[in-house]
Amino acid sequence: MQTGINRLEIKDFNLYYHRTKALEDISMMIPEKKVTAIIGPSGCGKSTLLRSINRMNEMIDGVTVEGQVLLDGEDIYQQDIDVVELRRKVGMVFQRPNPFPKSIFENVAFGVRMGDNVPAKQKLEEVVERSLKEAAIWDEVKDRLHRSAMELSGGQQQRICIARALAVEPEVILMDEPASALDPIATAKIEELIFRLKEKYTIVIVTHNMQQAARVSDFTAFLMLGKLVEFGPTEKMMTNPGSKLTEDYITGRFG
Amino acid sequence: MEQSRHIDRELEQIKEKLLLMAAKAEQIISQAVESLLQRNMTRAEQIMASDKEIDKLEIEIENEAISLIARHQPVAKDLRLLIGIIKINSDIERIGDHGVNIAQCTLKLGQEPPLKPLVDIPRMAQLATAMLKDSLDSFVHEDPEKARRVCASDIQVDQLKDQTLRELMTYMFERPEAISRAMGLILISRNLERIADLSTNISEEVIYISQAKVIKHHQEK
Ligand SMILES: Nc1ncnc2c1ncn2[C@@H]1O[C@H](COP(=O)(O)OP(=O)(O)O)[C@@H](O)[C@H]1O
Ligand SMILES: [Mg+2]
Repeated sequence: MQTGINRLEIKDFNLYYHRTKALEDISMMIPEKKVTAIIGPSGCGKSTLLRSINRMNEMIDGVTVEGQVLLDGEDIYQQDIDVVELRRKVGMVFQRPNPFPKSIFENVAFGVRMGDNVPAKQKLEEVVERSLKEAAIWDEVKDRLHRSAMELSGGQQQRICIARALAVEPEVILMDEPASALDPIATAKIEELIFRLKEKYTIVIVTHNMQQAARVSDFTAFLMLGKLVEFGPTEKMMTNPGSKLTEDYITGRFG
Repeated sequence: MEQSRHIDRELEQIKEKLLLMAAKAEQIISQAVESLLQRNMTRAEQIMASDKEIDKLEIEIENEAISLIARHQPVAKDLRLLIGIIKINSDIERIGDHGVNIAQCTLKLGQEPPLKPLVDIPRMAQLATAMLKDSLDSFVHEDPEKARRVCASDIQVDQLKDQTLRELMTYMFERPEAISRAMGLILISRNLERIADLSTNISEEVIYISQAKVIKHHQEK
């Protein structure tokens, strides 16, 4: 299969919550500078798989993993990996917009300030502006950068969170149902944004909305009961899926 | 865990309507051929009215298919079926038009004595009618193998059309007073050939719907 460059690869990956296996033998390539959607019935392990890509699962009690996740050829589960640096390279945006109760500026600058070498004020302002522009929200907030991020609408807050993720110059952005709490217009803005972001970033998005997966992604992974049923170009998956299970799921025969 | 789907009922309804329209088109073609071979002018005149019904059904089916796509945003097989229905819909409508053309030529030819006993045209008519019937059967029973056989017959109709053209040209050169009748027969063979082509299109759509393969313009590998 032609998927371009593969910067990110999941290899024979298993994950357990205590004794329960939540992911089983997952192997897939995540192509660089493309959008890969993870779809499947709820509880099938989409969020678990997404969190495995930047070791967010580690924060959960009782999680053990087997197998590898390779980023630029290096296994992120190796002992000597710097997890903070890993999460800088692989950022995450969540389902509910979760800005901090601080100003818009501070929200976006947050990750940069947490880093090793905090840039000078002017440089920091540049980073914030670039990130807000990339997140397509600059024009809406440029006159109120020092007002609280909590005053913004849900859709705007979500774009602030995306700007926060972009500020630390990641390579990969993970998004877990980033538009599921938003209205159709705010959703369309996020989708438009995802479309533009893939010029620079590799994006992995979990969505329960099939049409959203069809609209925004280049590749789709279909998961069921913790197993990868099918992975391939979205266009093929939506017109002629290879597996009967995929067909039944995407055409709404179960789920 | 199979779940009953609202879209299935609507797809069934739209398919039924398409088959109703297809039955009318088949009837038009067989009436047109019959009126031509038996020089039955009353039959030829009846055809125009049936074609009006086809035109009306075509518009209804197209609107229903578009509405279904807009409301359900179908994917996979559902999507292929709807796209297939839209194309078959327009193929059938045009088949009806070709039936009407044949009837009109027949009415004109009826005003003069027969030019010659017809040999290749009845064979073409028989082949084209069978192709139409088989292509529709392959749609109803979702039978891609039958659809492939229809596509394979197309070449025979093409050959008969060329043969008819060559033969009628010689009539025209020898007897100028035969020109208008020969032209009428050439037009009829041309319409029969188009009916065979459109039946081939229908069969190609059936293959696309059931196997997601595009075999148009001999692309199949
Ligand atoms: N923190 C957790 N502790 C124990 N089990 C969990 C935890 N999170 C998820 N699970 C279980 O793992 C499975 C996959 O969950 P999840 O990845 O959230 O699925 P999805 O995102 O596809 O809805 C489910 O059976 C869920 O109950
Ligand atoms: Mg989830």
